[in-house]
Amino acid sequence: MKKTYLLEDLCCANCAAAIERGVAKIEGVNSASVNFLTTKMILDVEEEGFDETFKKIKKVVKKTEPDVTLKEI
Amino acid sequence: MRKRLIRLGAGAVLFAAAAAATYMRAFESQILEAAAFLIPYIIVGYKVIFKAVRNILNGKIFDENFLMAVASMGAFVVGDYPEAVAVMLFYQVGELFEDYAVGKSRKSIAQLMNIRPDYANLKTEKGVEKVSPEQVKVGDIIVIRPGEKVPLDGIVVSGHSTVDTAALTGESLPRDVSEGNEILSGCINLSGLIEVRTEKEFGQSTVSRILELVENATSQKAKTENFITRFAAVYTPAVVGAAVILAVIPPLVIEDAAFSDWAYRALNFLVVSCPCALVISVPLGFFGGLGAASKIGVLVKGSNYLEAAAHAEYVVMDKTGTLTKGVFEVEKVQPADAFKAGEDAETRKKELLRLAAAAESNSSHPISLSLRKAAEESFGFRTEDVQIKELTELAGHGVSAVIDGHKVLAGNHKLMDKEGLAFESPDEAGTVVYIAVDGVYAGYILIADQIKDDAIEAVSGLKGRGIITVMLTGDSRAAAESVGKKLGLDRVYSQLLPEDKVNRVCELLEEKSEKGKLMFVGDGINDAPVLARADVGVAMGGLGSDAAIEAADIVIMDDRPSKLLDLMKISKKTLAIVKQNIVFALGIKLLVLVLSAVGLASMWAAVFADVGVSIIAIINSMRALKVK
Repeated sequence: MKKTYLLEDLCCANCAAAIERGVAKIEGVNSASVNFLTTKMILDVEEEGFDETFKKIKKVVKKTEPDVTLKEI
Repeated sequence: MRKRLIRLGAGAVLFAAAAAATYMRAFESQILEAAAFLIPYIIVGYKVIFKAVRNILNGKIFDENFLMAVASMGAFVVGDYPEAVAVMLFYQVGELFEDYAVGKSRKSIAQLMNIRPDYANLKTEKGVEKVSPEQVKVGDIIVIRPGEKVPLDGIVVSGHSTVDTAALTGESLPRDVSEGNEILSGCINLSGLIEVRTEKEFGQSTVSRILELVENATSQKAKTENFITRFAAVYTPAVVGAAVILAVIPPLVIEDAAFSDWAYRALNFLVVSCPCALVISVPLGFFGGLGAASKIGVLVKGSNYLEAAAHAEYVVMDKTGTLTKGVFEVEKVQPADAFKAGEDAETRKKELLRLAAAAESNSSHPISLSLRKAAEESFGFRTEDVQIKELTELAGHGVSAVIDGHKVLAGNHKLMDKEGLAFESPDEAGTVVYIAVDGVYAGYILIADQIKDDAIEAVSGLKGRGIITVMLTGDSRAAAESVGKKLGLDRVYSQLLPEDKVNRVCELLEEKSEKGKLMFVGDGINDAPVLARADVGVAMGGLGSDAAIEAADIVIMDDRPSKLLDLMKISKKTLAIVKQNIVFALGIKLLVLVLSAVGLASMWAAVFADVGVSIIAIINSMRALKVK
């Protein structure tokens, strides 16, 4: 399942890379890619148990870059 | 942004006042001096320190806020008050500039993708209604006024106009559309009001697919990019480690070494250790390159393919549809000497073409169509003007008919053999139609696939880059070789079945050097296996063809093979910019590290090596966005 999120207030390229690495490691996430320029995160996730996965994703993003808010588009 | 400016301005003024006071020796005690600098320091840097603390609590240590906070606080402790404030101030000013530059490049990229239509004028029973393009269903009628973007793919049902397809193809010449024509979303309607019956939903329309493709392109990362993110992940800890060693070991080992002196050098290391300039400049450069390519109507599905295009060693091309138009046209009309002897050459040619076109008037075979088209174009041929009787198809041979009272045979050489007629054959390759009138050989007409106008330029340009050009085709050897010779291709393989094409490409893949890449260029219709097998698969004429966009790594939206050259130019330029950024960023950082280690660089230089380098790298990256 493909999901796209807007990472609002993403302001550092290194953080974008860190978020990408962190999110990709989460169980239930097949692949993650963060585009620093469009501030979009594109995820390929397992449909099953996505609510759980999403909580983890949110946690990783918050931890890496507390100012960023996650918005689904 | 304004708030930040005011805060930084206030900090800068207080800092200048404190510095002036120090210069005039106005402070009675050191504590007073420290306090005077502490005020601007806090004004300027409280946010950085706050973030640093928060990130540490989150378990994230090597973060730039942390590094800056430690470096500046360290400077305070060591007693370099002005430096502590200056570092914080300049770091923040640099960040401000960086944000501005990033914002600016984000904007120019957004502009590039500004082909997204905002609305559609849906025709309903109540009249025309403005709705979002997502709401329009397949089969709905939409109205497009002059100056508006075409929101969805469809067929024009009324009106005629010219449309600007530049956003899709990079082609600046407007296209005419009228009733019955297909129209693609993303074009701009220039002149007339048209009504369009939608053929696809918005999500499936050309404009959405292109936007999705371009936006997602950077997720396929180039090798350079992967290298740099991996490098950055070890760079920061390594430099921080070096800083710790620098602060601790030399004061212990070297006699009369002042701890504060070495601590200062170590703090410089911390400032330089931030990897942002590296991490930002590479993807930004590639993104600019992808943007530049899409501006000229070439869609690249990933940074890795853009990178590979610069390293092409073999370019393997399909013939029909790629190098040639795939449209048959009359190339030569050659009346026999005996045919209408006494008339001038022009009249004899016309007459031969007229008879052939009339004889083939009942067929929809491409060869027949091309005969009729040539006759129509050269002298306004109309079937109604000719008396055609007893039209019979001779399967596998041709046709026979009585035209204006004369018995005409038109067909291949087998037909002539069967009739026992002597005939001459052209030297050129192509399909030949022989004509006999009243039992006498009258001449032949050569019909051949036409080479694209810019194919010669494309092939010679590729060869000029030292690329080996190869053509694969299922066509006959003679046809293939004639095209090969005209274009000056290095190698030509003909009479290939689809699986032969795959085998050939595999052989060539073995043959090429390890670093070189093999690029296959086809029309994307029936060469999906080859497109997939090649290092870089390029589909041509992708405009409106879902199959091509699906199968290829790179899509050339219009039919021009010379776009390959433009693509390679962009690819080379992008790689050069990325390389410049890496060398520049690493070089400056390394230089400042070395100078810091021996005590020659101030913390100012270190701040420049961090944010200054980032800003310059960002500005340099944006050059990739410009075509030419």
